[in-house]
Amino acid sequence: MSTPTIPRRSWAQRYHVKGIGWTVLLLFLLVGSAQMTGVNVGMFFSNLGQFTNLLVRMSNPAWDYTTVIIQPLLETIQMAVLGTTIGAAFAIPFAVLSASNLIHNRWLRGLTRLFLDLVRTLPDLLLAAIFVAIFGIGSTAGVITLAIFSFGMVSKLFYEVIETIDMGPLEALESVGATKITIIWYAVLPQILNQFISYFLYTLEINVRASTVLGYLGAGGIGVFLQRSLNEFNYNQTAVIILATLVVVLVIDGVSNHLRRVLL
Amino acid sequence: MEQAAPIISFKGVNKVYSNGTVGLKDISFDIPRGQFLVVVGLSGAGKSTLLRTINRMHEITSGEITVENESISDYKGKALRLLRRKIGMIFQGFNLINRSSVEKNVLSGRVSYYPTWKTILGLFSKADKEKAVHSLERVNLAEKLYTRADELSGGQQQRVAIARTLMQDPKIILADEPVASLDPLTTKTVMDTLKRLNQEDGITVIVNLHSVALAREYADRIVGLRAGQLVYDQPIANVTVEDLDQIYQAEGEKA
Ligand SMILES: Nc1ncnc2c1ncn2[C@@H]1O[C@H](COP(=O)(O)OP(=O)(O)OP(=O)(O)O)[C@@H](O)[C@H]1O
Ligand SMILES: [Mg+2]
Repeated sequence: MSTPTIPRRSWAQRYHVKGIGWTVLLLFLLVGSAQMTGVNVGMFFSNLGQFTNLLVRMSNPAWDYTTVIIQPLLETIQMAVLGTTIGAAFAIPFAVLSASNLIHNRWLRGLTRLFLDLVRTLPDLLLAAIFVAIFGIGSTAGVITLAIFSFGMVSKLFYEVIETIDMGPLEALESVGATKITIIWYAVLPQILNQFISYFLYTLEINVRASTVLGYLGAGGIGVFLQRSLNEFNYNQTAVIILATLVVVLVIDGVSNHLRRVLL
Repeated sequence: MEQAAPIISFKGVNKVYSNGTVGLKDISFDIPRGQFLVVVGLSGAGKSTLLRTINRMHEITSGEITVENESISDYKGKALRLLRRKIGMIFQGFNLINRSSVEKNVLSGRVSYYPTWKTILGLFSKADKEKAVHSLERVNLAEKLYTRADELSGGQQQRVAIARTLMQDPKIILADEPVASLDPLTTKTVMDTLKRLNQEDGITVIVNLHSVALAREYADRIVGLRAGQLVYDQPIANVTVEDLDQIYQAEGEKA
């Protein structure tokens, strides 16, 4: 038996020049941007004492406060569900218009995508601040913020799914003499439904977490209570809120992860 | 065989793809109603292109194609959909909706008889649901009505595709290499089914085939394409093995 000849690696390959080069560059950028923005890593460590102090003050959770926060926690979940649903519903037609395999008109597709890109650049905290100013403190502002945020995110995920579908069934439906909408309903929808639901759940997970923060700006839900307890130095209540939120997020993540595994 | 009036007619048809590739070059011939026509030719000869110009899945560059004595080039919207309704199409890859049931796949062949909103709500008439069962019976698959399409074998999927086409009440069936991915036994079932529809219902059938043996077994007439041109056209009685070998010879080997 002859020994197999192994192709020789070039000098650059052997010493991983590319990988090392990128790492050095990345470190350089990291340190550079920290210096420019005035991030002081030392301060983080010297102030660790205050952090432990806070932890000590929270170490005595006011358990009876739990009953008070159940309602706002439910509101947070409702906000997330409503916002995600509204956003995803509006995302569907826009995703269709953005998919290059369905829309051959480059202008229409380009304009739709540009619009979606613009929506995605709006930070959710900014949206929340604006809608709280418009609709006042409460969950309406939160739902609208989450709807817009989900719309931007989901529409992109959706059209990327649409672009991966098998075009065969579309060709068949077209040859049958079906209208464009019938073609989408019969040949596109069944191919993407499961992935759509999966992305919907994924967005819901993100929104449950995001809506706790939005509440902090006055957009309803548990965040409002979080802010109040912190302002009043009621750290024992803060502890309960954080723990309860953690439980909710974990449960939602678990359920949604399970569902997504079943779907795909 | 008696000479029937043509159902499809090509008159000086040319097709150049947008990248400059010549798909079809000066094609002229008639297809009589009720014929079982087989198109042969090397890969890239233009067989798929020819087939797809008949239901306007591909546009032609010049010339004219008539179906039932009407020029099809200017059809738009509804008129185009009505043209496609009377022309069934069978594909090499079956093109079924995999995640949907056989029933839904078969019914999807009927959608052009309904307004869009009814197709979306799935409001098919009782008669059409029975027709779906009947179509499946004709391809011997009635027991698979509620099975998911992707749980069927290749041959079964192709028969579901034929049942879907039957829902259109087609006058013409175009089949683009319908058996290329099937084993010999399933190939026979599918080809027999097409032949039966041709003989029992008088449907004009046009099939692209790579297999010379199959072409000789099933065709009433064989046409050959090479580099987009019609280089052969004979009724089956006149076809010889040598003729077909000639068509399949590469350019350089030509005698
Ligand atoms: N969409 C397209 N754009 C550009 N050229 C194309 C396109 N489709 C087909 N062609 C070219 O047109 C010619 C004819 O192709 P066609 O698919 O009709 O051949 P075919 O006889 O069906 O081949 P096969 O037996 O491989 O299916 C080929 O040269 C092919 O490369
Ligand atoms: Mg082909």
